[in-house]
Amino acid sequence: MKDYLILGASILGDAPTDVVVRDGNIASIGSGNAEPRANVPMETIDGTGLIALPGMVDLHVHLREPGREDAETVETGSRAAAKGGFTAVHAMANSSPVADTAGVVEQVHRLGQDAGWTEVYPVGAITKGLGGKVLAELGAMAESSAKVRMFSDDGHCVNNAQLMRRAMEYVKTIDGFVAQHAQDADLTGWETESPAQMNEGRVSATLGLPGWPAVAEEAIIARDVLLADYVGSRIHICHVSTKGSVEIIRWAKERGIQVTAEVTPHHLMLTDELVKSYDPVYKVNPPLRTEADTQALREALAEGVIDVIGTDHAPHPEQAKECEWDQAAMGMTGLETALPAVQHAMVETGLIGWRRFAEITSIRPAEIYGHTHQGRPIAAGEPANMILIDPSAATTVHPGTHASKGRNSPFRGIELPGEVRHTFLGGLPVMLDGELATPRSTGSAA
Amino acid sequence: MKHLLDTQGLAYDDALAILDTADEMTAVSSREVKKLPTLRGRTVVNLFYEDSTRTRISFEAAAKRLSADVMNFSAKGSSVSKGESLKDTVQTLDAMGADAIVIRHSASGAAAQLAASDWSEAAVINAGDGTHEHPTQALLDALTLRRGWSAAHASSPRGSDLSGMRVLIVGDIVHSRVARSNVWLLRTLGADVHLAAPATLLPYGTDSWPVTIHYSLDDALSAAPDAVMMLRVQAERMGGTFFPTAAEYARRWGLTDERLAVVERLRQGTTDAAALILHPGPMNRGVEISSAAADSPQAKILDQVAHGVAVRMAVLHLLLSQRQPDGSHDE
Repeated sequence: MKDYLILGASILGDAPTDVVVRDGNIASIGSGNAEPRANVPMETIDGTGLIALPGMVDLHVHLREPGREDAETVETGSRAAAKGGFTAVHAMANSSPVADTAGVVEQVHRLGQDAGWTEVYPVGAITKGLGGKVLAELGAMAESSAKVRMFSDDGHCVNNAQLMRRAMEYVKTIDGFVAQHAQDADLTGWETESPAQMNEGRVSATLGLPGWPAVAEEAIIARDVLLADYVGSRIHICHVSTKGSVEIIRWAKERGIQVTAEVTPHHLMLTDELVKSYDPVYKVNPPLRTEADTQALREALAEGVIDVIGTDHAPHPEQAKECEWDQAAMGMTGLETALPAVQHAMVETGLIGWRRFAEITSIRPAEIYGHTHQGRPIAAGEPANMILIDPSAATTVHPGTHASKGRNSPFRGIELPGEVRHTFLGGLPVMLDGELATPRSTGSAA
Repeated sequence: MKHLLDTQGLAYDDALAILDTADEMTAVSSREVKKLPTLRGRTVVNLFYEDSTRTRISFEAAAKRLSADVMNFSAKGSSVSKGESLKDTVQTLDAMGADAIVIRHSASGAAAQLAASDWSEAAVINAGDGTHEHPTQALLDALTLRRGWSAAHASSPRGSDLSGMRVLIVGDIVHSRVARSNVWLLRTLGADVHLAAPATLLPYGTDSWPVTIHYSLDDALSAAPDAVMMLRVQAERMGGTFFPTAAEYARRWGLTDERLAVVERLRQGTTDAAALILHPGPMNRGVEISSAAADSPQAKILDQVAHGVAVRMAVLHLLLSQRQPDGSHDE
């Protein structure tokens, strides 16, 4: 393994300095102490104009394997993660078969290790088959070699309040936590002939598409924070999308309820006005909301009411999006556009600096999951999960160049700021100069 | 105008051009030889993903009276269930040389998606997409209203709009593409649009529409509309989640014999001409409209049907006669 000397990079936007990466860790910070070791080659990376950030940690991706390898595989999704600057991703359970047994989560975990571009942590289903009826084998998944700690039926809401209460209680006994996809099934016409298709409001009234009302999300969040308080568990809310949800989470945090919340880059930037094109690339669950919602989400993320960015990376094959709106699949890719989108929505607007950026994309998600080697400071002795980004770059999004199999990026054709140039995974540069380099080989230390 | 997708984006001048042309086309339909040579050699495809015999034969009659060749493509059910995507179907029709595609689809936005795609160069006419719009229905309603309004004022309909006319639309607005298309078109033509419905049948977000909303049909009638348009209540809405029963709907929202007596006293503006009753059909007699109201001299329901052919002739004529055979378009 080589040593790496990064010259003149700015850690979290501070004054430029040098960083030495050695044996998987950050060996030193500061100029003048970068003497090469005997018999160990040292590669120099020009960090001029680049900002060093802790590798991003995504609590919410869909890697589609097993079952939908035409949409994405753990390998291609891992490549997309490395290119996007993520050193850890958490793969949701809605694969086929569902990740509701030790066998499936171990398979996904092993595929992630074999790929070696990022760390892949499978998320276990809360209920068997995502059916919302009976608990999945949460203990077996926790004790498996994948050591699952996060449980979610994402894509489906756990609508049954009694089951949700018991899931929150049960995961306490295995040191896990539950992440809820907050969507009241009745209010969104789920499993009916006319399920909700877009945000309910002025635009849906005109377009004649069944509406997904904000209250369908807010009612479940309100219920679940009360349940979390009642049973003394913690709860993570996936992809918060409305202004009203922000108000409920703010209230819950003020009461000391253990709630954490996530927002996607697309909900920070895009609104339901885009649906007027009827282009299914804008179809997503929860749906794109209004300008007032995006503003509230940005402010909540800056203040800390919302804790983290989660991409909800959801690749789909072309035919699933090149069809009538009401038949199109829901979801957007996100791994390779997350940093530019968040820089655009949060940093360029002056709402946050790079220190807060590191908190929402790395430090807090790692804390929520309980990782001790991710989301760490860029300091001597720390694991070298780190990215170098060029904040002054401006790039037009071309989904065809993405490493993900999915081409369903809502940002296509849009120029966004910021570019990930280098990604270090455990001291190894899995991406160098904007190009994928070498994956970590199986068996190396995580 | 390259396509006719909705009335929300239909300019005032284009709307009047369609109505004026349709007025000329009604003359053709009353001639002994009901045919014009305008679209000889052009091919019009009726691509119907929903059963709608009325609309399909209206378009078919319109195309044939303009001497176009007509192909009917019935694709029942969704693209998923029938195993071919909209894209593949449309590319197939394009390869067969369709100059215009008249599309009826259960999915809102299907016509707009087709027009925005590169699947076909054909002119796209929306014959009803989901619960979004049904622009030719609104145009035939406007033609009917304009004839009634100008007759009441003893003026020529040609070139005139609906300024000053108050039109009341009653019933299931939320599921109605007819209502949406009428709201935008009637507003563009200067009418004062009122809606009357239970709140469950009005879309959330209607407060942003340029209309006056009534929750009581009797209040709406006391606002003295010049025309009353009753919408069909679909049988599947009668299951008790939007309103309790068909009987309660008829009592509160139907044009009953008692309310017909009120409508019979309404006059168009300051004239002596009786107010108009419209219905897009097919009617549920005894639910949203009583038999006496449907058969009243004030009812223009069969005129609407006749005007449907004329309006569709006008739309096909205006869209296709300005197009080159290669699909390019003269401005």
